[in-house]
Amino acid sequence: MSADASVVEVVYESDLKNVEAAEELVHRVLSSLNFDEEEQHKIGMAVHESMINAIWHGNRSDPAKRVWLQFLIYEDRLEIKIRDQGAGFDISSVPHPLEPDNLLKISGRGIFLIRSFMDDFQVKNVPGEGTEVTLVKRRSPSTELNQGGLHREHEGHNTPG
Amino acid sequence: MSMKATIRQVNAVTVVDLSGRITLGEGCTQLRELIRDLLSKGHNKLLLNLADVTYIDSSGIGELVSGFTAVSNQGGQLKLLHLTKKVHDLLQITKLLTVFDVHEDEAKAVASFDKGTSA
Repeated sequence: MSADASVVEVVYESDLKNVEAAEELVHRVLSSLNFDEEEQHKIGMAVHESMINAIWHGNRSDPAKRVWLQFLIYEDRLEIKIRDQGAGFDISSVPHPLEPDNLLKISGRGIFLIRSFMDDFQVKNVPGEGTEVTLVKRRSPSTELNQGGLHREHEGHNTPG
Repeated sequence: MSMKATIRQVNAVTVVDLSGRITLGEGCTQLRELIRDLLSKGHNKLLLNLADVTYIDSSGIGELVSGFTAVSNQGGQLKLLHLTKKVHDLLQITKLLTVFDVHEDEAKAVASFDKGTSA
């Protein structure tokens, strides 16, 4: 594991409008890392689903609660952390959407898609604080930082609701 | 950009040209209300044209499933037309290609609907 990471972090209010803002940031970051269009779409969708889980299911759109989106860019991988201030959830209780009995259920595919699109997915519940999910995508040698890319950039602000 | 829908009648089939984003919130709500409204007016042969859908998330997929179930429960059929590669891939990994009747040709899609059910 390499120690040094370039970091990008943004704090959002719990408003679904901020999911699109997060998507735009994801694509900006991923473009600078030379992920191809298909990989960008998959990672972007994993972040989209995670942001919805954080805002909608975790924080329940409570305007007083925040969602943290952090990119940790290592030489060999991209780690994306999304943290909310909700009550958390038991990932083992999430039904598998490909089971025949669940195929026609309206919900329950978000976590499955995140797992499908990322190389690793971890959930950490911190009682009284919230839930943090970590999405990991390995980087191939060609997915290096563009010149003028993101190095030690910290972006911290509250987007308007 | 939220979702937009244009409704056309082709023989007994109601073709719905969808565009934009079908995601949690506005897009999903619009699609749900649209299908509910069409069913209430007796339109139960629905062909959803997804050619211009730029983005669909897990909630949007759920809304398609919900529509499929609602139409089926009323004795009708809901089919899909012109999936983009991204939507096709999503339906494939969620095994929903085994549920939906998907078409690439509108005329053939229209002809595939049962003749017996009402429009």
